[in-house]
Amino acid sequence: MSSRQILISGLFLCIFAVIGTTFVAVTEDSTREKIAENERRVLLRNLYALLPPAKLDNDIATDTLTVPASVLLGTESPSLVYRARLQGEPVALIFNSIALNGYSGRIHLLVGIYLDGSLAGVRVVKHAETPGLGDAIETQKSDWILDFDKRSLAGSRPGAWKVKRDGGVFDQFTGATITPRAVVEAVKNTLLYYQQNAKTLYE
Amino acid sequence: MNSIAMSNKITRDGLWRNNVALVQLLGLCPLLAVTSTAINGIGLGLATLITLVLSNTLVSLIRGFVRNEVRLPVFVLIIASIVTIIELLMRAYLYDLYLVLGIFIPLIVTNCAIIGRAEGFASKNSVGASALDGFMMGTGFLFVLALLGAMREIIGFGTLFSHADLMFGEAAKSFTIVFNDNYPGFLLAILPPGAFFGLAMLIVGKNLFDERLKKKAAVIDGLPDIV
Repeated sequence: MSSRQILISGLFLCIFAVIGTTFVAVTEDSTREKIAENERRVLLRNLYALLPPAKLDNDIATDTLTVPASVLLGTESPSLVYRARLQGEPVALIFNSIALNGYSGRIHLLVGIYLDGSLAGVRVVKHAETPGLGDAIETQKSDWILDFDKRSLAGSRPGAWKVKRDGGVFDQFTGATITPRAVVEAVKNTLLYYQQNAKTLYE
Repeated sequence: MNSIAMSNKITRDGLWRNNVALVQLLGLCPLLAVTSTAINGIGLGLATLITLVLSNTLVSLIRGFVRNEVRLPVFVLIIASIVTIIELLMRAYLYDLYLVLGIFIPLIVTNCAIIGRAEGFASKNSVGASALDGFMMGTGFLFVLALLGAMREIIGFGTLFSHADLMFGEAAKSFTIVFNDNYPGFLLAILPPGAFFGLAMLIVGKNLFDERLKKKAAVIDGLPDIV
């Protein structure tokens, strides 16, 4: 093949790359706002599932604090904490924490904690646990995760923050102990994190 | 071959005789991974169908002047652009479904069926025939995805068309059919092995049906001799 032909082929490929990229860029540009809006809508839906909108009046999706990676939160990179306020007064914090020792990979959680250290609630955002067994941590599958509501470290006996099989107060699932154990552990650690850092988190 | 015979052949090949999933056994990764419910199957099937029609049409349009040595990279570029655009549109307009199908949408690019049709059919045939071929191949694939999803959902969860609202909006919530409220669920059907078993059953079914047709045809062919 002559160098002239190589050049023509290369140019041809180049033109197609430009055309393809242009179309993608135009679509990206025209859908960007809509996608951001969707992501925000889903985020708010998750946050308001933990904290009824009536309990706060600030824009919780933007009133955030970035906290450094922490063993207690299970994070390896900085994560966001959402802050709920009512007339400027702190109400609750919602943490992004991760349960590292699930049955298959990480379980991403949203953990809401009121100012007094009691739980507003816990929701699973993302997980890969076994369908039909470990996925009972989802609210669509069972009410298990609602058992966390209103619990706190101060209001429980020592050793309570475990599944029943380990001597704690939380139910395990038939055929799946590892998943609830991991979630209970992660929630407990998030409460500990809050205890240790409570003062700085609302500032 | 005249055009009517041609389009008949394309239709038969795409839907049945050369079905992407049941005969060519292409695109198995998404096929096996997302078909845990009927709606997931239909969602990915539709995205693949749109990609196939568009990629076949575009490839056929440029078939006259695309240089042979760069033809495959150009096809891949076209397919990747189409899929990226579809993914962006889904994130903008069907965000909840996108959350479910997530990583499988970009994976459409790697579905061998699409590059296979581009190279094997669209690069040698007219625009109309290529578009029809894309549509029929895509429909054949969609049909298998939906059927496999429905089978696994019925056996695994005891429901059909659950989460239809992800695709068709709030009004579709009532589409869900619950066969038995206290169905305990059958885990195997939902887990990956269930997908393999289900697909195997569908292939067995198709082959049995074809064999029976062939026997019938043989009997009819044989009639004059007997008479």
